[in-house]
Amino acid sequence: MAITIPSQDHTDLKPPVTSIGAIGWIRSNLFNTWYNSLITLVVIYVLWQVIPPFIDWSLIKSNWTSSSAECHKSGGACWSIIHANIRFIIFGFYPPPEQWRPLTAMIILFTLLIVSRNRNWWSKNLLFAWFAGMMAMGLLMTGGIFGLAAVDSAQWGGLPLTLMLSVFGLTAAYPLGVILALGRQSRLPVIKSLTIVYIEMIRGVPLISLLFMSAIIFPLFLPEGVTFNKILRAQIAIIMFTAAYVAEVVRGGLQAMPKGQYEAADSLGLNYSQTMRLIILPQALKIVIPPTVSILISAFKDTSLVVIIALYDLLKTTQSTLSNPQWMGFSTEAYLFVAVIYFICCYFMSTWSRRLEEDLDTGR
Amino acid sequence: MTNNKKTENNDPSQGKNKTDDAIIKIIGLHKWFGDFHVLKDINLEVKTQERIVICGPSGSGKSTVIRCINRLEEHQRGQIIVDGTELSNNLKHIEKIREEVGMVFQHFNLFPHLTILDNLTVGPIWVKKVPRKDAEELAMNYLEKVQIAEQAKKFPGQLSGGQQQRVAIARSLCMKPKVMLFDEPTSALDPEMVKEVLDVMINLAHEGMTMIVVTHEMGFAKSVAHRVLFMDEGMIVESNTPDQFFDHPEHERTKLFLSQILH
Ligand SMILES: Nc1ncnc2c1ncn2[C@@H]1O[C@H](COP(=O)(O)OP(=O)(O)OP(=O)(O)O)[C@@H](O)[C@H]1O
Ligand SMILES: [Mg+2]
Repeated sequence: MAITIPSQDHTDLKPPVTSIGAIGWIRSNLFNTWYNSLITLVVIYVLWQVIPPFIDWSLIKSNWTSSSAECHKSGGACWSIIHANIRFIIFGFYPPPEQWRPLTAMIILFTLLIVSRNRNWWSKNLLFAWFAGMMAMGLLMTGGIFGLAAVDSAQWGGLPLTLMLSVFGLTAAYPLGVILALGRQSRLPVIKSLTIVYIEMIRGVPLISLLFMSAIIFPLFLPEGVTFNKILRAQIAIIMFTAAYVAEVVRGGLQAMPKGQYEAADSLGLNYSQTMRLIILPQALKIVIPPTVSILISAFKDTSLVVIIALYDLLKTTQSTLSNPQWMGFSTEAYLFVAVIYFICCYFMSTWSRRLEEDLDTGR
Repeated sequence: MTNNKKTENNDPSQGKNKTDDAIIKIIGLHKWFGDFHVLKDINLEVKTQERIVICGPSGSGKSTVIRCINRLEEHQRGQIIVDGTELSNNLKHIEKIREEVGMVFQHFNLFPHLTILDNLTVGPIWVKKVPRKDAEELAMNYLEKVQIAEQAKKFPGQLSGGQQQRVAIARSLCMKPKVMLFDEPTSALDPEMVKEVLDVMINLAHEGMTMIVVTHEMGFAKSVAHRVLFMDEGMIVESNTPDQFFDHPEHERTKLFLSQILH
């Protein structure tokens, strides 16, 4: 029963060297068991095989400003393909003298996106700024007034097209998905079965076939002479497709809401739309942020499928550059460049969502 | 103790009460969950400012009765009339009754994504269309009343159970209800927090609130209730003043229940 009271002062006692610092960390994380040690060694070997040659190719032996002919002689990466073709890769067939317009539109878009990252700045004004920004972007791209030359949408392409399809696609698909999710929970059998049919039908076909339908089959049903912008049709297909997936994720969030939340809202006298808007959706949408963002990220990448209906998005313009005999054979460099752009956008979305989750955490 | 009520039979057909005096009238209420007959011929009149405690074994239908009063559950037979409005499928009637009847739940059911203050103002602002500033003032008054005003900016998850339940009571009071329903408000709480919640309820009783309380806190029943109802198997078995109820229970089931609950 006796308790020994420590007699000496233990304040300057340090843990053994082997358990702290770099050595301690390596021991406890990389070599703590035999199989972990084995995995560590294998990984080190693979990295050793991959990284030095990559650095050698991409940096040491690389060409940054040389012509394609010189590039072909050296064995290193030929980054000149990027800046020699940057305008076409980024802007596609948009008339070169007018390319400042899509550039400005993209700058507006990035500014809005970056400002929207900070939740403290969320306000009616920001919403208004988005609205004004979208109008401005549309005007810049289309032209035809204020002395801007009109540019046919058939000439749109490259990064602006990719971004436009994604940003408009995702911002329209999300609310539509939420509405579909609510419809699927509806007590009215007609609404419920219609949404179920819609969601299951869309989820049952690949995006490619929807795009084909929008490009080829849909116009057959239009009356003679009526044309419907091809980009807009692709846009609608993307929205319809993404919304069905968002709906299913949101439904999961709605089902996770405890019954008590509905009952508390009911007993206060809130009606259905108030209950949903003020009580249920804010919580349900918050719990499904991670899967929703996964869907949005994959939808963003899937916009590259519009190549199959002959739209020149970023991936397609890059590919076209490579069919130029002068630059043939440098596909690795070109695709790496595109991969970096895609990565930046996706990374932006995922860090943004993580931050949003932290901001919205109320210690439930 | 206020004993302005006489012991009365639980048969309402004798109706000694002036009918317009009763704020809640339940007549011949039946309810089924599927085939399961949960409530069997419930008759109950509650007068303005009357305080009723309902007790009974688990599964006897106590919660179901009070949940029918504000239409969290739908009944299949009989009538429920609250302040002259009969509950039916008419949404207008349901809305009106919900505005007049406040409810406090066993598990508080606060809105975790809203601050305490917003939990209190959401009803007044959206249901009663009170301007935000007035609603916040009202909310702060009630938070002071339940002695929790300093927590207004926190979220429910940051409060103890007792504090959360007091917030839940204040949230209902913000709607200025004529009747308050409590469904085992203290049974999810740690023992040391039960008192702070009961104190709030006792204060409310002294202010003349009409209350129907499902609880097994017999001390509370003795000190504030005008009437104690004992329910078993979906029926009101006994209805009496607390003195009569605890000292001279009439039915065998009541005696058995009391002996179990009072040890
Ligand atoms: N939504 C429901 N569907 C089917 N049966 C239900 C439902 N809600 C309650 N019941 C059943 O109805 C009966 C009465 O339930 P109720 O919650 O009213 O009991 P209670 O007296 O409040 O009990 P407790 O003291 O456990 O809260 C129980 O047998 C319960 O299983
Ligand atoms: Mg109960």
